[in-house]
Amino acid sequence: MADAVLTVTYTGPQVSFQDGGRRGWMRFGVPASGPMDRFAHAAANRALGRPAGATAIEVSMGGLSLTCESGTVSFAVCGGGFTLDHAGARVEGWVVRTLSAGESLTIRAGKWGSWCYLAFAGEVDAQAWLGATATHAISQFGGGALTTGQRITLRNAEATPSREGPLPAPPLPDPNARQPVVPGPQEDRFAPGALDTLTREPFTVTPAYDRMGMRLDGPELPLADALSIPSEPTLRGSIQVAGDGVATVLLADHQTTGGYPKIATLVSTATDALVQARAGDKVRFVAVSPDEAIMRARRDLATRQAWLDEIAVPRGSLEDRLMRANLISGVHHGGDE
Amino acid sequence: MSGWPRYRAVADHALLVSFGTEIGDEMSAQVLALDAGLAQFTPAGVIEWVPALVNLLVDFDPEATDHRTVQGEIERMLANPVRTDQQGQERIIEICYDAAFAPDLEAVADAAGMTTEEVIRTHRDAAFRVRMYGFAPGYAYMSGVPEAIRVPRKSAALRDVPAGSVIIAGPQCLVTTLTMPTGWSIIGRSPTPILRSDAEDPFLFDVGDHVRFARIDRDTYEARMAERGDG
Repeated sequence: MADAVLTVTYTGPQVSFQDGGRRGWMRFGVPASGPMDRFAHAAANRALGRPAGATAIEVSMGGLSLTCESGTVSFAVCGGGFTLDHAGARVEGWVVRTLSAGESLTIRAGKWGSWCYLAFAGEVDAQAWLGATATHAISQFGGGALTTGQRITLRNAEATPSREGPLPAPPLPDPNARQPVVPGPQEDRFAPGALDTLTREPFTVTPAYDRMGMRLDGPELPLADALSIPSEPTLRGSIQVAGDGVATVLLADHQTTGGYPKIATLVSTATDALVQARAGDKVRFVAVSPDEAIMRARRDLATRQAWLDEIAVPRGSLEDRLMRANLISGVHHGGDE
Repeated sequence: MSGWPRYRAVADHALLVSFGTEIGDEMSAQVLALDAGLAQFTPAGVIEWVPALVNLLVDFDPEATDHRTVQGEIERMLANPVRTDQQGQERIIEICYDAAFAPDLEAVADAAGMTTEEVIRTHRDAAFRVRMYGFAPGYAYMSGVPEAIRVPRKSAALRDVPAGSVIIAGPQCLVTTLTMPTGWSIIGRSPTPILRSDAEDPFLFDVGDHVRFARIDRDTYEARMAERGDG
């Protein structure tokens, strides 16, 4: 195994290195950051047999073009419905292919989705901060945003032909499904009916959408009084409402504390679907109890894990594995040749 | 009305423990006691927790535990508090009040009916305490701005305020760590690194620490920045 070197020939805004995120630093004002869509990020890595939280490139709708200067490396693209142009072929995402010296790869927004992940069968050489390469966008701490002309080195890069090809259909939720939220913790600071409005009416994703949060357009969610709460911790998935009655969903690079009341908080696994919405898309919410929220999260995580385990197995070696299983069970009798 | 503390389930993965509504030393003491308790006996499945002004948020792995279990552990912890040093460390922050670093010093002086030198002395002699981090990495909100020099947020934010700026609004003071816009009043600049390269202990202070400012002149400030090598 050797290094592979890529050059960024074009990058849209908000394209950055992201590993699984840094945990344990919120008390110092540092959110986890990491992928906006954590499931798609894990999928891109596991499809190559890499750890789920390995460093990958988060690609925005702005897209990304790379040229391979030297070496050979397999890559995976997962998340949303992005399109790839690679070595003269146009293919859809949720795929594994191999990039060789002299070839170019372009990833562009396709039919749906705001973010996809480009992972490699090799270690991405990216700057770590507090033990993680996840990029915190406003500070640019961590691996940082990609820039045109930048060279990316992949250590111990390898080609894994046995993994190439489209992945089986991922277990993604129905795009029209309501996003589950647990009311609060400050739903009682809103005018009567505000929580009903949140869970009854559709909201529209606005262009004010980045890694910190997603501003929603929709019916006003009026506060009961003008008093602000003492600033308190916030989370990825907190739906905070400013004095103007407009809701913002906090996301990967959220502020760790804030003084706006939170009417509800998204179930953790639901944020992955929400972040794939684009400006203009409609979002609907449904209130669930804390127990129901845990049940849903556990069910989602189990479903995802089963699929991630499935794609982590190189398909080319399936025959070998069956052969092994047969030998062990004694079913294999063809020992003459 | 139920008594305090109050527990609120947040989504599928967090529990908010609130001790009251009035910001002050009494609230801080309760938040810090729970903070210390969690550090000493972290319940299974708890990933991290965030102490704030009147409450503390516990974030956990929903596959490993649940709100009820975490709440039970915290109730036991609060019933049998651990004896810890929750007084916090003493920290000294150097500050240069040079006019070039303090574009709002005159306005604060006008509002307070003082000379700029009196504002500087009042700020320099005050005792501050880190109550909470927030907004951005290393933004430590300190209480302790003396009544006499308290000013509200400005109506318009100033863009590109350099990292290291010492800013005040109401009773709060903080030293910025990033170049960012702010609507707070800028009264000086500090060369003291708050984000440090020490991987084990990357932040200068923790919630609960006591902070005092030490005045330095412009030459000393420049010398400190040259020593840092990253300014």
